[in-house]
Amino acid sequence: MEYHLNFNFVWKYADKLWWGLALSIQLAFVAILIGCVIGLALALAHSGGNRWTRGAVATYVEFIRNVPLLLLIYLVFYGIPSAGGFAYDATFSFVVTLSLYSGAYLVEVFRAGLDAVPKGVIDAGKAIGLTPWQRFVHVRLPIMLRVVLPSLSNAFISLFKDTSLASVIAVPELTYGANWIKTNTFRHIEVWLVVWPIYLAAGWAILAALRQLERRFRLGGDR
Amino acid sequence: MIEFALRTLPFLWDGFLVTLHVSALVVVVSLVAGVAIGIGFAYGPLWLRFPLRVYSDVLRGTPLLVLIFSVYYLLPMMGLNLQPFPAAVIALSAFKAAHVGEIARGAIGSIARGQTDAGKAIGLTFAQRLAWVILPQAVRRFLPPWVNSVTDTVKGSALVSLVGIVDLMLAAQQVIGRTYEPLPVYVLAAFMYFAINYALSVASRRLEARFAYIRE
Repeated sequence: MEYHLNFNFVWKYADKLWWGLALSIQLAFVAILIGCVIGLALALAHSGGNRWTRGAVATYVEFIRNVPLLLLIYLVFYGIPSAGGFAYDATFSFVVTLSLYSGAYLVEVFRAGLDAVPKGVIDAGKAIGLTPWQRFVHVRLPIMLRVVLPSLSNAFISLFKDTSLASVIAVPELTYGANWIKTNTFRHIEVWLVVWPIYLAAGWAILAALRQLERRFRLGGDR
Repeated sequence: MIEFALRTLPFLWDGFLVTLHVSALVVVVSLVAGVAIGIGFAYGPLWLRFPLRVYSDVLRGTPLLVLIFSVYYLLPMMGLNLQPFPAAVIALSAFKAAHVGEIARGAIGSIARGQTDAGKAIGLTFAQRLAWVILPQAVRRFLPPWVNSVTDTVKGSALVSLVGIVDLMLAAQQVIGRTYEPLPVYVLAAFMYFAINYALSVASRRLEARFAYIRE
């Protein structure tokens, strides 16, 4: 049987895809912001803490990194509320999951970034009489952020792709929009032929923008 | 609690075996294809490198879930009517092959140019240089990141549950459908995934230590 492609239904509901794409990007953005806070806090706790804090940080990181994201999404959305007798919004639950997930990956990134700050620069801060807090905010943090920026862009792209999993708990992002059109119009093939390039184009556009940003803030070299 | 775990374990165990089965298939297929892609990247002519670059960037730029759905629905259009299992294995393998290809490309590229020249100087053919000079050295740079990518494969295999394959993930869902006890079942499943992947990451750390030195 010959199949005739018909994209009319996809165009008719295209707004679901655009709003879905916007939500996907927002989800990834919020997750990386919260993930950065978690990652930086835990990286500092790990470097300054005793054996117990280091153990706790390592347990969190190892657990999150060795379990599928899909399972974490279900665990947070269905598992935890069932034990506590409460419920929360799917989008909120997904943001919590993705933030915890990105946090676990970013701990390693920030740890490497903090290690990469040259000792001499911190000593120079001491020499000109900066307090420990000032040394952290004005010396370690800015240098560290510029070191980790490329890793952060990669993490952001990766999180953007991971937002597709939010569709399994009915968060109305891009893949959910695709599934919605698919179940309501039965145009499976056309939907994926459109959604696949949207993900690619959006991912590449974001990456190109972030590479510009990296070039702007690159350490050393001529700008 | 322990009694509950013991009762659900046989169901999860079947799914666990399916997860291992899918992962093992994908690991083997993507290893063979990925190394071939890596060699193509490193030594291929432009007409080969260009399509490989497009393949690698497109596949790595697609969310795995979208790729699985696309393969599942698009291949029938091309006259390939696949069951969920082969469709999911093909999608995962194609995805991982692109990643393994990049790892292999990096590993081969890291071998000093002088090694190839030395191989040429003693009269080895291209295949001999590859087999006796380049690959044995590249394998040390290849193994640690590759074991990490195997961990990703095991985690990614959870997505096959969404096209109806009863792996560990879907087995857990089914048990929950009967018992209405999501938390303990998800935690149990999480620990089963953790067991596989933690073993792999320990192996990866060992390998890294083992191959930390490289004779240049």
